[in-house]
Amino acid sequence: MNTLAVVELRNGALRKVSLEVVTAARRAAETSGGGEVHALAIGPPGTAALVEELGRFGADLIVVVEHSALERYNAEAFAATAAARLRAGEYRAAFFTASAQGRDLAPRVAAVLDRSLASDVTAFELQGDAVLARHPAYIGKAIATLRLTGSPALLSLRPGAFTPVEAPRTPRIETMAPALDPASTRVVVTEMAESGAARLDLGEAPVVVSGGRGLRAAENFRLVEELAAAFGNAAVGATRAVTDDGWRPPTDQIGQTGRMVSPVLYVAVGISGAIQHLAGMRTAKVIVAINKDKDAPIFKVADYGVVGDLFEIVPRLTQEIRKVRAER
Amino acid sequence: MGFPGVDFYRFDALLSEEERAIRDTVRAWVDEQVMPVIGDCYIEGRFPKQLIPGLAELGVLGANLPEEYGCAGLDNVAYGLIMQELERGDSGIRSFASVQGALVMYPIFAYGSEAQKRQWLPRLAAGKEIGCFGLTEPDYGSNPGGMTTTAKETGDEYVINGTKMWITNGSQATVAIIWAKTGALDDPATIRGFIVPTSTPGYAARDQKGKLSLRASDTSEIHLQDVRVPKEALLPKSGGLKGPLGCLTQARYGIAWGAIGAAMACYHEALCYSKERVMFGRPIGGTQIQQVRLADMLTEITKAQFLTLQLGRLKDQGTLTPQQVSLAKRNNVNMACDAAREARRLLGANGILVEYHSMRHLANLESVYTYEGTHDMHSLILGQEITGLSAF
Amino acid sequence: MRIAVCIKRVPDTEMRFAIARDGKTIDTAGLKFDLSDFDGYAVEVALRLVERHPPGEVTVIGLGPETLQETIRKALSMGVDRGVHLAAPEVPFDGLAIAKALAAELLDKGYELILFGRVATDTGNGTVGPMTAELLGLPCVSAISYLEVADGRGTAHRELEGATETVGFPLPAVLTIDEGIARPRLPTLKGIMAAKKKPVESRPAALGEARLTVEKLELPPERAAGRIVGEGADAVPELVRLLREEAKVL
Repeated sequence: MNTLAVVELRNGALRKVSLEVVTAARRAAETSGGGEVHALAIGPPGTAALVEELGRFGADLIVVVEHSALERYNAEAFAATAAARLRAGEYRAAFFTASAQGRDLAPRVAAVLDRSLASDVTAFELQGDAVLARHPAYIGKAIATLRLTGSPALLSLRPGAFTPVEAPRTPRIETMAPALDPASTRVVVTEMAESGAARLDLGEAPVVVSGGRGLRAAENFRLVEELAAAFGNAAVGATRAVTDDGWRPPTDQIGQTGRMVSPVLYVAVGISGAIQHLAGMRTAKVIVAINKDKDAPIFKVADYGVVGDLFEIVPRLTQEIRKVRAER
Repeated sequence: MGFPGVDFYRFDALLSEEERAIRDTVRAWVDEQVMPVIGDCYIEGRFPKQLIPGLAELGVLGANLPEEYGCAGLDNVAYGLIMQELERGDSGIRSFASVQGALVMYPIFAYGSEAQKRQWLPRLAAGKEIGCFGLTEPDYGSNPGGMTTTAKETGDEYVINGTKMWITNGSQATVAIIWAKTGALDDPATIRGFIVPTSTPGYAARDQKGKLSLRASDTSEIHLQDVRVPKEALLPKSGGLKGPLGCLTQARYGIAWGAIGAAMACYHEALCYSKERVMFGRPIGGTQIQQVRLADMLTEITKAQFLTLQLGRLKDQGTLTPQQVSLAKRNNVNMACDAAREARRLLGANGILVEYHSMRHLANLESVYTYEGTHDMHSLILGQEITGLSAF
Repeated sequence: MRIAVCIKRVPDTEMRFAIARDGKTIDTAGLKFDLSDFDGYAVEVALRLVERHPPGEVTVIGLGPETLQETIRKALSMGVDRGVHLAAPEVPFDGLAIAKALAAELLDKGYELILFGRVATDTGNGTVGPMTAELLGLPCVSAISYLEVADGRGTAHRELEGATETVGFPLPAVLTIDEGIARPRLPTLKGIMAAKKKPVESRPAALGEARLTVEKLELPPERAAGRIVGEGADAVPELVRLLREEAKVL
C-alpha cells in the first residue's frame, strides 16, 4: 500500500529529517506488499524546485503545496492540508518528523483524522493490521514497544534514528492547494530568529560541555564556549576547582556540591573525573571525555574518550560539529 | 538528585498526606536553598541570614502554633518532620527555627497576654522579628534554677541585670526572651520571663568566637546592664522554672526529630559513596565492614523514626510527658552522633572535606548532644522518673 | 482570567526503574509519584498570569486513578483554586484517548487559556495538548518558552532546532509549556493546609478508544564500558561519526 512522508523545509532548503521520513515511508511501502511513497512538501512558491532530491531516497510522487503565506510553518494550514491529503488517498501509514515542527504538526493531524499517533519513534515494523513501534519512555530510562492499530497509521520519527537510504527513482510532481487559507489562520508566526544564542540552563540543556583545570587559564574557557555554541543546544559547566578559582561563576559548578545534570550528551574537557564531579554528571546519557592523561578516572565513565592535547582536539571538534549542524 | 529520605519500614504509610507533603516541601527547599550554600557558610562561620525570608514564607517559623497568630497551625508530627528536614541540611538551620518557634514564639503563646501574642507572633512568624532565648548563664547551664540574672521592679518598670551565655541567634535577634529572678537569688519560684527588644539601652550581644561546631549558627553572649523594660514586657503567665523548662520541652521535641534528619543525611551520603568508591577493584559498599556500618545506621534510624512518631502522636493527644521527650532527645542525638561518625569514617579521607556533609554533621551534633539538656542530664531525668530517686 | 491546566501524575524519573511482571509497565513498588515536570511549569505559568492580571481563577484537571487526588492537591497547595479529577482506573498510553476525555471536560467551560506541559515524563508522547486543541477547535501553540498575554491576545516563543519563533495568537487558546519558562514555586505549609479545603470535583473520564497500546516495556541496555576512540585531533572525525551513528546524539 502507499505511504506518505510529510517533509520539512526551512529557509529554502529541505531539512535532513525529510530524507529520514522518506526512507521510513519507503520501507513501510515495501513491507506492506509494495506501494508508492508520496512525499508532502508544504512551503512558499519555489518549493517544488527544492524537493526533487526526495526521489533519490524513494519518493514516487511529491505533492507540492505552495503559497506565499507559507514562508514559515503555519500549524493550522499545514495540519488541514496534511489531513486533507491523507483523507484523499488510501494510505497505509504516514510519517512525520519528531522535530520541533513535526511534534506540533503530527498530533493535530491525528486529532483531525481521529487516528492515534505513535510519536518519537526510533524503529517500527508493520505486522498485519498493526504497526509495532519502538518509543523511548520515562525520559529514556525505558523503551516501549507500542502497538498501533488503524489505517493510516501515523508515526512521528525521532530525528537521527533512521539513516537515509538511497532508493532512486524519478518522482512525479503533483501540486495541491492548501486546504485552509494560510493568510487567514489564527496562529501566526511573526518572526523567526536564528539562535543558539539563548543561554540554556545547565539542568535543562540537552548537551552540556564542561571544562576543568586542564584548560589551564580562565581565558581558555573560550574553547569550551565555542564548542557549546557549535552544538547550538548546549550549556557550559565547570568543575569545582574551576569555580573555586573564579574562572567561572559558582552557578556553573557541576558535582557533589553543585548542579546535578543528566543531559543527552556530556562533553568533559580537561576534567580528570574526581568522584565529586562524577556524582554530578554520571547519569548523562552519553559521556565524551577529552583529557591528556589516559589513566584519568573520567575515561572509566566516558562512553567515548579522546586522549591528547585539548587545545588541538577541541577546536577540531568544534569545527566538525559546526559541519554536522550545517548539514541539517 | 534530591535527597530521597530513608524509609525502610514503610514509615510514610503512617503519615497523613499533608504531613508527607509538608515534609517533601521542606526537603525540596533544603535541597534548593540550603545545600548549595551551607559548606561555605560553615567554613566562613556565618549563619545564612539570606534564608530567613524563605523560611518565613514557607511557614516554618512557629509552624505548630495557631493560624490566628499568623502561623501555619500544623500538628506536631508535621512540625517534627520540618525539624528533621531542616537538620538534614544543617543543625544550625534547625537550631534557628527551634529557637524562633519553640523558645521565643512558644513562651509568648503559652505565657503571654493576648496583646503580647497579637503584637509579636505574626511578626516573628513572618521573620520580621528574630528572637533569642536567654536562660543559660556562664555558671548555670544544667542548673538554670541557680541563675543570677535579676529583674527589679521599680515603679512601672523592671530593671534587668545579668549575663546570658550560649545564646543561639543572640547577635542577630531583634527581640530576646530573658529569664530573670524578680525575688531573692535563692528562690527559683521568682523566675519570670520578659520580652526585651534588643535595641533597649543596656542590652549588648557578643559573638561566641572559636566554635568548632554549629559554625553556620549565630551563638552569642548577652550582657544586660540596667536594661529597663515596661511592666508590659513581663510574660504574665510565667512563674518559676517550669516556664523556661516548658519551652525546652518544646525545643527538645524538635531536636529529637532533627537528629534523625542529620543521621539520614549521613547514612544517605555514606550509602551513595560506598557504591561509587572503588578500592581494590570493587565498590567499598561490597565489603563486609562497610555493610555492617550501613546496616547499623539504617537500623538505628529506623528505630528512632517510630519512637519519635509515637512521641509526636502523644504530643498531639496532649498526654506527652517531659520524660518521654528526654528519652527521645537522648536516644536520637546519640544515635545521630554515632551515624555521623561512622559515615565520616566510611568516606575515608574525602570524609574530612566540607564537600561532604558527614563531618559537619558530626561536629554539629556534639553541640546538639550538649545543649537543651545534655545527654547525661537526660539520663538522670529518666533515672529519677523510673526509680523515684533524684540523682541531681 | 480563567485558566485550566491539565496535569498528570507520573513516577519521579530520578528513581531507578524496574519492569513489572506483565512486561508492559514499570514496577511501581517503592516509586515516588509527583506532578510531571512540565506540568509544574504550566501550573506556575498559570499562577503568575493570574497574579499579574487579576482577578482570575486557575483550575487543574487530571485524569487517572484515586491516587491522582494527591497530585491535584499538590497543585492546589501551590495556589491553584480548584481541581477536577476525571476518574479512570488507569491512564491510557494513547494520547488521543486522553485528549477526548479532556476535550469533553473542557468544552464550553469558558477557559481563556488551557495549558499543558509539553510532554509527560512517563509516556513521553507530547501529543495530548495539540490533540485536545484540535478537538476543541481552538488555536494552539506548542512547546512555548515565553508567554505574554494582553488584550485578548498572546505572544509566545517556540524553540526550534537552532532558531526561535515568535508566535501571535488570539484567546481562548491551548498552549503547551516547555521547561525553563518559569520555575515552579514550592507549596507553602499554609498552602498545603489550605489545599485540604479547596474544591475537587470528581467524575468518570469519557476516554476515547485506545488504539495505541504498550506491547512490551524494556530497560535500555546497560552502559557498555567506555572506549578510547583515539589520540589527538585526528580522532575527532571518528568521534563525531560515533556520536552520530552509534550514540545518535547529534
